[in-house]
Amino acid sequence: MSDVIVVGAGVVGAACAYYAARAGLDVTVIDRGPVAGGTTGSGEGNVLVSDKEPGPELELAVLSNGLWRSLAERHDRQAGPGAHGGFEFEAKGGLVVAETDEIQRRLVELAAEQGLEHVLVSGPELRDYEPRLAEGLAGGVLYPQDAQVQPMLAAARLLRDGADSFGRGTLHLRLGVTVTGFVHSGERVTGVRTSHGDVLGGAVINAAGTWGGEVAALAGVTLPILPRRGFILVTEPLPEPLIKHKVYTAAYVTNVASDSADLETSAVVEGTPAGTVLIGASRERVGFDRTTSVPVLARLAAQAVALFPALREARAIRSYCGFRPYCPDHLPVIGADPRLPGLYHACGHEGAGIGLAPATGHLLAQVLTGQTPDLDLKPFRPDRFSEDSP
Amino acid sequence: MTYDLVVIGGGPAGVAGALTAALAGLRVALIDSGARLGGQYFRHAAAHGTGHAAESGLARFLRLGERLGERADLLLRHQVWHISQNDGGDFTVHCNGPDGGPVAVRARRLLIATGAHDRPLPFPGWDLPGVLTAGGAQALLKGNGVVPGRRVVVGGTGPFLLPVATGLAEAGARVLGVYEANGGLGLARHPLLAMGKAGEAAGYAATLARHLVPYRTRRAVVAAHGEREVQAVTVARLDQDWNVLATRVVECDTVAVGYGFVPQIELGLQLGCGTRQDVDGSPVLSVDSAQRTTVPGVWAAGEPTGVGGWQLSELEGRIAGRSIAERPVAGVLTRRRDRGRAFGAALQRAYPVKAGWQGWLRADTLVCRCEEVPLARVREARDLGATDARSVKLLARPGMGWCQGRICGYAVSCLAGEPQQPSRRPIAQPVSLGALADTADGIPDDPATDPVDDPAH
Repeated sequence: MSDVIVVGAGVVGAACAYYAARAGLDVTVIDRGPVAGGTTGSGEGNVLVSDKEPGPELELAVLSNGLWRSLAERHDRQAGPGAHGGFEFEAKGGLVVAETDEIQRRLVELAAEQGLEHVLVSGPELRDYEPRLAEGLAGGVLYPQDAQVQPMLAAARLLRDGADSFGRGTLHLRLGVTVTGFVHSGERVTGVRTSHGDVLGGAVINAAGTWGGEVAALAGVTLPILPRRGFILVTEPLPEPLIKHKVYTAAYVTNVASDSADLETSAVVEGTPAGTVLIGASRERVGFDRTTSVPVLARLAAQAVALFPALREARAIRSYCGFRPYCPDHLPVIGADPRLPGLYHACGHEGAGIGLAPATGHLLAQVLTGQTPDLDLKPFRPDRFSEDSP
Repeated sequence: MTYDLVVIGGGPAGVAGALTAALAGLRVALIDSGARLGGQYFRHAAAHGTGHAAESGLARFLRLGERLGERADLLLRHQVWHISQNDGGDFTVHCNGPDGGPVAVRARRLLIATGAHDRPLPFPGWDLPGVLTAGGAQALLKGNGVVPGRRVVVGGTGPFLLPVATGLAEAGARVLGVYEANGGLGLARHPLLAMGKAGEAAGYAATLARHLVPYRTRRAVVAAHGEREVQAVTVARLDQDWNVLATRVVECDTVAVGYGFVPQIELGLQLGCGTRQDVDGSPVLSVDSAQRTTVPGVWAAGEPTGVGGWQLSELEGRIAGRSIAERPVAGVLTRRRDRGRAFGAALQRAYPVKAGWQGWLRADTLVCRCEEVPLARVREARDLGATDARSVKLLARPGMGWCQGRICGYAVSCLAGEPQQPSRRPIAQPVSLGALADTADGIPDDPATDPVDDPAH
């Protein structure tokens, strides 16, 4: 029997398992598929602070940003410098660009409210940071803390490092095992039923991402998590790096915060260590439909080319889509479920799950070991969506 | 304008299907990435008319192509990168045009006749210049009249090695040996004989004998050696599971290897067509007796429905053409098709790929050449929790490069310990971001305004 069962081997589940194991708990991670087979395997690897409006999510992002750095440094102390955490950690910085003076004015305001390390960049200065940017942009804000990881490797490394670092047998990984229900003892959750028999544990963490609502329903509680689809275009490897930072337009910030179910797109463009350029981002609520939308891909391409005209000649060789776990208030669900003792949630991070994963795991480990969490978890509480909640 | 039928692929299946439908009065367009009709099997240089055209079936194929050119629009040098179904039920075929610009073609019905590509297996040194796929060697020869080397070794499995070897020998290359990894049949008991193709088999045997080309079973090329290009290969004697029993080194400058074929089904997958596993485990498009896929309005013919050779492909194309034109399909056609399918299945059973090839690899052998992923990284990914080919790809990048896993997909599936899954490729061919940006909401150009190449001749 484990102290903690984590349902979901995506990046959030991996972080929960890592920090729980570090806190001295025995952990079993269960996933119906492989490591990082869901939304983690369909993302860009954003570790962003810049796109968060002031408030609880920004605090979570700042905490998490520091943790990602420590995780990478810790891995590199053993693997050697230049290992990039074993998950292609790049503290490349993010550059938000404004098309008009009015947008630039709002970006400057936002930067002042966020209180993050940043550099205001005027229109003419933009190319000092990104030489291949289009002409005529009004300006931008550079956020040095923004970073990138290879999300699948990040999840896999967290699980591996967690299993290797905190005592043999601390962290078990059970892949290809589907959770089919919960085991209850009185009022308490004491384990999960799976396709491979019951697994018992002192606590169950629902880290099932976009499928977190379904797992919650198996336990008999409601979590309103919906899929918000996004497409990413991938170019051929370019002969030389064209783009240095994570570059995105101001519209990304408003789209992230939007409640619309309709298609919204904004340009997010960045290079990867493999030489490819990743182009996002689209958001639409269409259920779990994986049908490729040519109009969406065309819009992503058009926006990227508008930002970086040199990309016109680059060829897209792949595209993929994923489903962000979307909550109505755009905040994740983190913490103990007051409706069902023994059940904890760590899901609903929408498009920010990679960035927010370490903080989520760290805070939950604090809760599980009876410590006061570093951040107030009230804004993330699981029962906040029900009408009768205070 | 919306065509009654758009056919993707200008090989035997596509041309037969397009011509049959056009003769029945449908407005037909045929799209192919090549400069001429032909596909893999009937690939030919611009100036044929020599002895080459007398080759089995080619002259007839060219006549069909000419007739098709008179009755249908041939969009050659067009690469299809995506097909989408519109709200009204018709289809938009998105292509890169000959100049790289976007071309969109509308269709009420589709025939997917996209053929198959080579199935190579990795081995140490297979990334050296001079190592070709069997199909690649044949394409150079047929399409460009280029003899790829002077001292050539042919290896792999299946009857396709025979026309490749005889073609090379007749073109003047010294074929040092044909190494068939399976065994027990030999030329004398070759399935071609059993299926009434004695003439074809005897022709190959005679040609190989005339050029003193040894044909050896239970042998394989398990390594290629050389500094900057191939200078020699290791040929191994194999047990029946393809484990190496003994080896010797053969000096050569070219190797052509092929272990069967992978049907190209990604356009069908884009449309949501159902698939099944063929005898050899390959995912293929499911079709009914009239070659209809599971998506209304979409037919498939030839190798995407199961590898069986050009004659079966042509039959399937004709049946599809009749069915698309809502004409009755003669029983004689379907009976011949069914016999052809049984033959194809028999060949796949006679020439399987056995697991012993994985023992030919070393830790540093590249599994994916595009992304330069060695076997060690694939193993590391499995160790990190990748339990299937997709997660191996996500963690170690095999199949993420230029070829989109067409070359390495089969090997990676084997190494991940699962049967090959249908490969989703939403972008089937590289498309420039400029062209994609200009595809503005998928409004199709009128293909009639595009320069259309002459039909094959």
